[in-house]
Amino acid sequence: MKQIEAKNVNAYYGDNHVLKNINMDIMPNSVTAFIGPSGCGKSTFLRMFNRMNDYIEGFRKEGEILIDGIEIYHKNVKVEELRQKVGMVFQTPNPFPKSVYENVVYGLKVQGVKNKKILSEVVERSLTQAALWEEVKDSLNKSALSLSGGQQQRLCIARALAVEPGIILMDEPAASLDPISTAKIEELITGLKKNYTIIIVTHNMQQATRVSDKTAFFYVGELIEYEQTAKLFSKPVNAKTENYISGRFG
Amino acid sequence: MSKVKINRIKDTIFEYVGIGSTLIGLVVLAIFIGNILVEGLGRIDLDFLMSLPSRKPERAGILTAWTGTAWILGLTALIGIPLGVSAGVYLEEYGKKTRLTSIIEVNIANLAGVPSIIYGLLGLEIFVRVLNFGGSLLAGAFTLALLILPIIIVSTREALKAVPDSLRQASYGMGATKWQTTWYQVLPAASGGIMTGIILALSRAIGETAPVIVIGALAYVPFVAQTPMDEFTVLPIQIFNWVSRPQHAFITNAAAGIIILLFLTFVMNGIAVYLRNKWQKKINW
Repeated sequence: MKQIEAKNVNAYYGDNHVLKNINMDIMPNSVTAFIGPSGCGKSTFLRMFNRMNDYIEGFRKEGEILIDGIEIYHKNVKVEELRQKVGMVFQTPNPFPKSVYENVVYGLKVQGVKNKKILSEVVERSLTQAALWEEVKDSLNKSALSLSGGQQQRLCIARALAVEPGIILMDEPAASLDPISTAKIEELITGLKKNYTIIIVTHNMQQATRVSDKTAFFYVGELIEYEQTAKLFSKPVNAKTENYISGRFG
Repeated sequence: MSKVKINRIKDTIFEYVGIGSTLIGLVVLAIFIGNILVEGLGRIDLDFLMSLPSRKPERAGILTAWTGTAWILGLTALIGIPLGVSAGVYLEEYGKKTRLTSIIEVNIANLAGVPSIIYGLLGLEIFVRVLNFGGSLLAGAFTLALLILPIIIVSTREALKAVPDSLRQASYGMGATKWQTTWYQVLPAASGGIMTGIILALSRAIGETAPVIVIGALAYVPFVAQTPMDEFTVLPIQIFNWVSRPQHAFITNAAAGIIILLFLTFVMNGIAVYLRNKWQKKINW
């Protein structure tokens, strides 16, 4: 059963045609990597799954994106509910300038959950899943901004996990982190696959091979190749893919 | 003389001109404040603060004036803050960038530069006459709230602009609505800047004289205002009234009143500077 289905998706920023007729199916409990040179449209495509592009002036799309069989751009779909199902982790860690606890419970708070017991349970569960619990369990009331960059990013992952989203979008989640923090995030992604569907945009091809099941290569708005990761990196079909993964451009 | 030497001389000349310009302002201010302190400091005691106005300078006090200023401060804040902050939030977070909003923006900036006497005349017509508030505290507070509204709106917008977009995205990404994002994340993050603007605006309001005279605040009010509908006076008017008296003892009273007014303004500006510094440290994430 497909979890995400993109059908003939086109996207525009004003007159700029940034995504050209993309078709893609994504299976549940898998990790999918989007690779490609800067400006190829991979982040735009990622941000369509939780409609974060809605805020960009001049953004326009054609085609359909179905998540669990429902067209997410349909007028009956509440974008807030969609984002509770499709969580997001951003390129630069962006915890709220509040306590660790407040960060994790935010998603539940906006849904109106007030029960202290439920909230504490969620905090422990999410931080444990994000491999951060042991490091912060004694300082839940400390400001999230006092954590290291790697810890902040894991906190952002915990924050996304707290509402049990099903799908998690990661937009270059390790781009601003050191190698050790990056390794932790990658380990985390592999572990989360059991319960979540993950889509990750990355510029780091080793990272794509390490964490993903399938990889999609984008080039100037087109989906050039979408294959099992092992196959795409060992036997790319398209010459552009081969040139990119062998480092000849991009 | 070599080119370098000439340039050096120019450099030195400008340095001294700069120091001179800075000193002129500071020295004049220092002389003024020194003068006032010498004249008025001895006059300030509890009696001065707790006495009603009087024809006899030694018995006259500023009780009605400072309570009037306190009333005005409170009421103006009550009216001006919610209106100003809401308008700022709307323009910055909600308003689409259309021609209309850019016209509104330019006009708000212009309003901040309108002479205060004009606001006084506006207040006289609308609040005193049409709404029939009379020369009451309420009319004064509404007029001054209008006067400081543009300042609050502009500073609210500046503070909101300084909040990084990544914070809004994080909140939207968690399924928060625009209002939740604004209320839980953006406003708290911008609060320091907004508070700074509010305090500076209010400190301007308590120093204003012209508009409150126009709407009919009285120089001689022999009682402390009990309700917002009472007639009132404020510190600047009391000072103005004393300065225009012929007896020297009233000049001393005026100096003492000025010290109190300056003290209030300095304290408020001090709080604003403190908040701004604290906030600037916090917002660098």
